[in-house]
Amino acid sequence: MSDISEQQPSFLTRLRDSDLWWSFIHSPGAIIASVLTIVIVAGALFAGLVAPHNPFDLATVDLFDALLPPAWEAEGNSSYLLGTDDQGRDVFSTILYGSRISLIVGFASVALAAVIGITVGLIAGYSGGLLDSFLMRVADIQLSFPAILIALLIDGVARGILPRDAHDEVAVYVLVVAIGLSFWVQYARTVRSSVMVERNKEYVQAGQVIGLPNWIILVRHILPNVLGPVLVIATIQLALAIITEATLSFLGVGVPPTSPSLGTLIRIGNDYLFSGEWWITIFPGVALVVLVLSVNILGDWLRDALNPKLR
Amino acid sequence: MFKFVSMRLLQSIIVMLVVGLIAFGLFRFVGDPVNNMVGQDTTLEEREALTESLGLNDPFVVQYGRFVAKAVQGDFGMSYRLRQPVSDLIAERFPATLELSLVSAFLALLLGVPMGIYTALKPKSLFSRGFMTLSLMGVSLPTFLIGILLILFFGVSLRWLPTFGRGEVVELGWWSSGFFTASGLKSLIMPAITLAIFQMTLIVRLVRAEMLEVLRTDYIKFAHARGLSPRLINFSIALRNTLVPVITIIGLQVGSIIAFAIITESVFQWPGMGLLFIQAVSEVDIPVMAAYLLLIAFVFVVINLIVDILYFVVDPRLRVQS
Amino acid sequence: MKMRNLLAASVCVLALGSNAATAETFKWAFQGDVQSLDPHGLNETFTLGYLGNIYEGLTGYDADLQLQPSLAESWENTSPTTWVFKLRQGVKFHDGSDFTADDVIFSWKRSLTEGSDMKGYGAKMADIKKIDDHTVELVTPAPNPILPRELVFLYMMDQGWSEKHGASEATSPKAADSTATYAAQNANGTGPFILTERQPDVRSKFTRFDDYWQDIPTNVTEVEFTPVSQDATRVAALISGELDLVYPIPVQDWARLEEAEGVRPLTGPEARTIFLGMDQWRDELLYSSVKGKNPLKDKRVREAMAHAIDLNAIDEKIMRGAAVPAGMMIAPQINGFDEAMNQPYDYNLEKSKQLLAEAGYPDGFELGMDCPNNRYVNDEKICQAVVGLLARAGIKVDLNAQPKSKYFAKVSPQNGNDTSFYLLGWTPGTIDVHNVLFNLMSSFDTEVNSGQFNYGRYSNPRIDAITQEVEKETDTTKRQALIAEAFKIMRDDVGYLPLHQQPLSWGVREGVTVAQRADNVLDLRSVVISK
Repeated sequence: MSDISEQQPSFLTRLRDSDLWWSFIHSPGAIIASVLTIVIVAGALFAGLVAPHNPFDLATVDLFDALLPPAWEAEGNSSYLLGTDDQGRDVFSTILYGSRISLIVGFASVALAAVIGITVGLIAGYSGGLLDSFLMRVADIQLSFPAILIALLIDGVARGILPRDAHDEVAVYVLVVAIGLSFWVQYARTVRSSVMVERNKEYVQAGQVIGLPNWIILVRHILPNVLGPVLVIATIQLALAIITEATLSFLGVGVPPTSPSLGTLIRIGNDYLFSGEWWITIFPGVALVVLVLSVNILGDWLRDALNPKLR
Repeated sequence: MFKFVSMRLLQSIIVMLVVGLIAFGLFRFVGDPVNNMVGQDTTLEEREALTESLGLNDPFVVQYGRFVAKAVQGDFGMSYRLRQPVSDLIAERFPATLELSLVSAFLALLLGVPMGIYTALKPKSLFSRGFMTLSLMGVSLPTFLIGILLILFFGVSLRWLPTFGRGEVVELGWWSSGFFTASGLKSLIMPAITLAIFQMTLIVRLVRAEMLEVLRTDYIKFAHARGLSPRLINFSIALRNTLVPVITIIGLQVGSIIAFAIITESVFQWPGMGLLFIQAVSEVDIPVMAAYLLLIAFVFVVINLIVDILYFVVDPRLRVQS
Repeated sequence: MKMRNLLAASVCVLALGSNAATAETFKWAFQGDVQSLDPHGLNETFTLGYLGNIYEGLTGYDADLQLQPSLAESWENTSPTTWVFKLRQGVKFHDGSDFTADDVIFSWKRSLTEGSDMKGYGAKMADIKKIDDHTVELVTPAPNPILPRELVFLYMMDQGWSEKHGASEATSPKAADSTATYAAQNANGTGPFILTERQPDVRSKFTRFDDYWQDIPTNVTEVEFTPVSQDATRVAALISGELDLVYPIPVQDWARLEEAEGVRPLTGPEARTIFLGMDQWRDELLYSSVKGKNPLKDKRVREAMAHAIDLNAIDEKIMRGAAVPAGMMIAPQINGFDEAMNQPYDYNLEKSKQLLAEAGYPDGFELGMDCPNNRYVNDEKICQAVVGLLARAGIKVDLNAQPKSKYFAKVSPQNGNDTSFYLLGWTPGTIDVHNVLFNLMSSFDTEVNSGQFNYGRYSNPRIDAITQEVEKETDTTKRQALIAEAFKIMRDDVGYLPLHQQPLSWGVREGVTVAQRADNVLDLRSVVISK
């Protein structure tokens, strides 16, 4: 206990004195964006506590409550703040639960992409030679196919291989794998080029001289030095991953409507754009754009803050 | 030189073979093409006979070998769904996608490059902040949402622009072009903008970053020190050095713009290859899907090969290495 | 006589003259394209309806689906199994050749060739004999009072044209490996419109056939058809004024079309009934938490489900009041419909829970459901609503909604009816109840091809027997009594759960009048464009 209380101030002090913090408190955009991101992430994380209804518990959903407008409209119902969708689910609650799925897919696929990309980048950059050019060639080929196409492919494979009914249950994992596998190239390239620079530095050569195994040099000494750019890529790709998930769900190959993500909600709501039930699609759309925009702003800020050359 | 080119060529062929394997192999396992081709009252025996005659019962390797041998001759078989040669279908649809892709790439460059330069040269100005905010919005708005909003506003509310399709096209030999009719041009506006927005934001950011990078180099500092006019330095020396990598990257992106058009084409019902592909996916039309993937890979491989050779010609260091 | 002919001719010329002067172009869109132009290639409502503007059968339907003479002027049932059809004289195909008895025999034989999907209709005749150039005798294998109805979609082709282009056999889907698919990509019929250009999935163009054999209301001279798959895009294209007619329109957009200037929804009840089917033959369900037995074999469980599904809520919220809740498996337009039998099961959640408890499932059970998501009006939304409604009774349904190609592949017999609970819709092509009794309500039997669409394999021997009698019975009263008995049995058995009759949902531009047929077929003969 006392250990922690001793360490915490020192960490906070370090943070307070750091360049990053200075840059952060002087960037109103980054502050607003991080507040919005935290609100959405918290809302998604604690959806079970925050949401007034559980849209997935169908026994509590009443079809006769379907298509109610937001609470402030004449026909609105105060227990459904942002109105209800075509099945009588509370739009506010579905957005919270939907953001959760979007964020899970986003974070998990970015993590997967980062793990693959960093590993490939480290190996390629450190070993060089034939292995390097082979790996980078694979990366080149992969880059020629946009994420959407690769994800469609992987989704197709999953549909073919998995048992008939399992698809809906594993849809989220399929998306994670699909997006993750299509996003790793950028990490690999960035890490590789950083490694190639680091590789020739003295501390690495010193490590080689004293006979440290390669993987220890890679993980202990080189990896920490390439984490900055990786963090920037990860933030920007989180936004991209969320959009890709939404697009796939919009095209109908993403998560099923029974446990919708933001993209699925927009797709469902799109059917009601002309019929006047705008709240079914507009609110999830706004939530998606706000989330992605906030993450993008954070990513931009982080890139500028971590790249002293740009200041 | 010969060794370099033949190595690259060999690599390209391997790439095409691997993509072919993926394209054909993976889709082979999706769904049941037979069911898409039969009607209400078809009997069990007929369905089985059909499976057999399509060769869907043969071993995987045999099916793949047959596929590659034919693909090399430009024969991707018949579309299961449309019962026409896939090569004809692709040839029919290719002009639509290429016109859309080129126009949006052009739009993206036309708007993106000046915006990128401006934001790099005057990073603190109000316009720069505006441009950067716009480009952030551009990256944050999903393509399909932009398309839907454009349709709602310019198509349905204002009724200014057509909401789907290519309008009237003019046949020039085997090429069908929408460039020569009023309705064709009007139909092009919204899809092209939708497709261009994302590319444009990428270009703005790319140009800005490259330009900032270049402006910080020693030769620019040296040029300033020599007292050359800032206009000359910015627009002649810095810009030229910025544009080379930018254009290379954009060139390599052409394949991905074409593939990225899938979303735009499906929102605007643009009769291009992307729409063909999406419809093929939903109806499990294996030959069309395989051909599409191979085509995208082929476009990429060719562009990549050209870029490699150009670099080889331009950069003496590479020649020494090989 | 001569005078009248002359008059008719001059009227014709006048009509033609005015047509040529105005050159009306009619642009319409549907959610997909036809897969083949071969009139015997695919037995599917939209394909047959589309081709019905190019090709024609011996008989036809008018706007109210009443049987009409078409290429046959008249017919007569000369003995229980023979019919004499008088063919219309002076009918020309688009390439100028005459329509004769040889074409009828040729087309019938072609409909029985390997690649044909219309064998079911062709097989209704054992033989066709040529009496003279414009008279044929049809021999049926058994007495068949509704034979003229079976001929509506059996389209007539020109023997000479087909043979010249190597298309004397129906285009089999097997032609995927060959190029001999002339008739699949070209058309030569007797209908009012000639296909002039076709790019699959992109557009088709038609032009009026000047030598068409009858006067028809339409003043359309050019037709342009575009498939538009996205609902929103299709509706937007109509509202923005690019198209004259589109269908289907999502039911929720009717109000929008009412409000929007220059367009209106065109709606009515379709002859298609949407229903739920249940696996009643396996000893253990494929998709359920109940192991070792099949709860759906227990009539009380099926009844509980029937009482848990609130048809009015589905109609009001999902279908916007545009559907007609159904108790029968056939719609009012279908020959054999009986209003007295069409009362839906009443919605009674308490009774439902009680029945489940009696059956030994007081806490309900889990059940997998299959549903198409691009076949019927709001199909996936209906399934979701059913899932919600059954959840209230305690039955937890796991929904698997997929595109029709995948859905039908899964639930159809060649995949062993791989489903426990599914949603399906049906319009009998003959507009007669026998089609439904035979395909949906009879036991699954590969010998006689009955029950091919009875995916849950509901089986009651009495219904099987009635089906055979209904086919032969010529006395209307007796026939109706048999039909009533069959539907009473099915209702008592709770063999199916009928949901509703789905609405026709078209959108047209103001100034366009068109007859909307209850089988959801657009007949271009009826399209009139006013300025």
